[in-house]
Amino acid sequence: MTKPLTISSFRRITLGKVLIWLILIFTTFIALFPMYWLFANALTPILSNPPLTPVLIPAFSLSNFDRLVTQNKFYLQWMVNSLVVTLGVTVWHVIFDSLSGYAFAKRNFPLRNVFFWMILSTLMIPPQVTLIPVYLLAQNFEMLDTLWALIVPGTAAVFGIFLMRQYIQTLPRELEEAARMDGCSELEVFWRIILPLCKPALATLAIFTFVRFWNDFLWPVVALNKPQNYTLTVGIANMQGEFLTDWGIIFSGAALSAVPMIVFFLAFQNYFLEGVRMGAVKG
Amino acid sequence: MPNLRYWTQPCCVQYRKFGKINFMNITRFFRKYGWSYLFILPSMLTFVIFTFAPVIWTFIISFQKYSLVRGGRWMDPLWGNYVTAFTQTNGVFVKAIGNTLLYSASTVFVNVMLGLILASLIQPLSHRKRTFFRAAYYLPAVSSALLIGMTWAYIYNAQWGFANYIFRLLGLTPVRWLSDPDIAMWSIIVSTLLTIPATAVVLYSAAIGSIPTEYYEAAELDGASPIRKWLTITVPLLKSTTLYLLVVYTIASFEVFDKIYVMVPSGVANSTQTIVTQIYNSAFKDFDMGVASAQALVLFVMIAVVAVFQFRIFRSDVEY
Repeated sequence: MTKPLTISSFRRITLGKVLIWLILIFTTFIALFPMYWLFANALTPILSNPPLTPVLIPAFSLSNFDRLVTQNKFYLQWMVNSLVVTLGVTVWHVIFDSLSGYAFAKRNFPLRNVFFWMILSTLMIPPQVTLIPVYLLAQNFEMLDTLWALIVPGTAAVFGIFLMRQYIQTLPRELEEAARMDGCSELEVFWRIILPLCKPALATLAIFTFVRFWNDFLWPVVALNKPQNYTLTVGIANMQGEFLTDWGIIFSGAALSAVPMIVFFLAFQNYFLEGVRMGAVKG
Repeated sequence: MPNLRYWTQPCCVQYRKFGKINFMNITRFFRKYGWSYLFILPSMLTFVIFTFAPVIWTFIISFQKYSLVRGGRWMDPLWGNYVTAFTQTNGVFVKAIGNTLLYSASTVFVNVMLGLILASLIQPLSHRKRTFFRAAYYLPAVSSALLIGMTWAYIYNAQWGFANYIFRLLGLTPVRWLSDPDIAMWSIIVSTLLTIPATAVVLYSAAIGSIPTEYYEAAELDGASPIRKWLTITVPLLKSTTLYLLVVYTIASFEVFDKIYVMVPSGVANSTQTIVTQIYNSAFKDFDMGVASAQALVLFVMIAVVAVFQFRIFRSDVEY
C-alpha cells in the first residue's frame, strides 16, 4: 500500500515519529538512570558524604571497591553465601520441577489433575503469608541462621513446574515409547530422552530461579542473624547503618551486588524474555 | 458388576482370593503408576511442608497466643489477635492497609498502561531496535527490588540526592522526600511509577506480535489512522493480557516490602507502613506471632479475592 506522498502527510508522519522517539529515549533514560547514577557514584572516590553537585560522569576509580573489600570483612563472604544458596536452590529446582513437569505433561495417573490444581493453587499463597510458620519450622529443625534455611524451603515452585509442563507437552510421545521399546526404564526415559530435549526450557528455568533467589530479601532477612551468614541483599541493606559516614563503601557494595545479574542478563537476554512470556502462558 | 462366581465360593477361598486380588492390585497399581507418583513426590512434599501446612498453621496461630518457647495457647476470645491487630498503637494496621491500597491504586493501572504504550511504540521498529529497547527496559528489573529501592533512597536523599539537586537548580525549596510524613509515601509511589514495568512491556510485546496482521491491513484499507487502529484493534485484542497483568501487578503491590524496608528503614510516623512491614514488625520486632499471623491472614484474604478473580478471567478467556 503506497499512499500519494503529500507534504502534509509527510510532516505528520515525521512529527509522530519524532514524538515516539522522544518518548522512547526519555523512558529508556528513566529506566537506566537510577542504576547509572549508582554506578557513577560507586566509581568515583567518595570518602564521606557525596558531593552536593551530583556525580554524573564517573571518575572510573576503583578506590571505593578497594575500601569495601578491606574494611567490610564480610562482603566477599556474603557473595559466596548468595552464590551457594542460589546455586543450591537452582539445582534442586531444575531437577524437581522438571520431574514433576514431566509427570504432569506426559504421564497418566489417578488424581493427576487434583495434584496439578493443588500446585496451581499455591500461586494464591505468597511467601509473606507462610512466613511465620516457615520461620517456626526452620527454628524447630535448627536451620535458622544457616544457609540451609534458605535452600531447603525453596526446592520447588509453581512457576518451574508449570513452565516445564508446558514445554514437555510439546514433545512427541513417540520418542518415549521408542525408548521404552528399547528397554529403557522410566527413569532412563526421563534422564536420557526428555531432559536433553528440554534444554531451552531448563536454561530458562535455571536462569529465572537463579535471579529470583539472588534477589530474594524477605525470607533471608528474617532467617539470618549473624553478619557472616548474610546473603548479599541482607548485607547491603544493613551496610547503610554500619558505614554511615562512608558512602563510597555503601555505593560500591550496592553496585557490586548488581553486577552478576546485569552480566547474566546481557549474556542470556533471550532466555529471560522467554521466561517472562512462558510463565504467563495460560494453562 | 458383581462377580457371581466370587460371591458363591466358600468363605476360606473368598478370603484367600480377596487377599490375593488386593495384593495383586496394589502391585499392579504401583507398577503402573509408581513412577509417576515418585516423580511428583519431591515437589509435592515441599509444597505440603512449606506451603499448605504453613497456611493452615498461620490460620491456627492467628487464634493463639504463641510463645517461641512454650508453643501456642488459645486466645480467650478466640479472635483476640484480630482485635489487637486492628486496634494496637492507634490502629496502625488499618493505616497500613490504607497505605497498601493507596500504593496499589496509584501504581498498578499506570504501570500496566505504560507497559502497553511502550510495547505498542516499540512494535513497529526494526527487530534490532525493538530488542534493544526491551533489554533497556528489562535491565533494571533483573536487579533486586531492594537495590532499586536503595538507589531511589539516594536519589531522594535530602542533602545530596538528585531530586533535590534538580529542585535547587529550578530555584525550588528542597523537600525532605523520605522523612516528611506527608510526602514519604508519595515519594515511594512516584519511584514505582518511574520504574519501567518490564514484565508488562515484554508480555505486551509478545502479545502484540501474535495479533494477525490481516486485521491491520483491513483497517488500513478503510483508511484508519494509526491511533484509531491502536484503539480499535490492538487494545481490545490485548484484553486478556491486560487483565492478567492487572492481577499480577495488584498482587505484587499488595506484597510490597523490600523497597519500603530500605527506603524508610524505621518508617515515618506510620505514614509508610504497609501490610507486609506490619507483619514483619509484629513477628520479628514485637515477637507476637499471633498478631502477625492474623495480619498475614488479612493479606491472604485480599490476595485470594484478586486471585479468584484471576481464575475467573482465565476461564472466560477470549481467543483470536
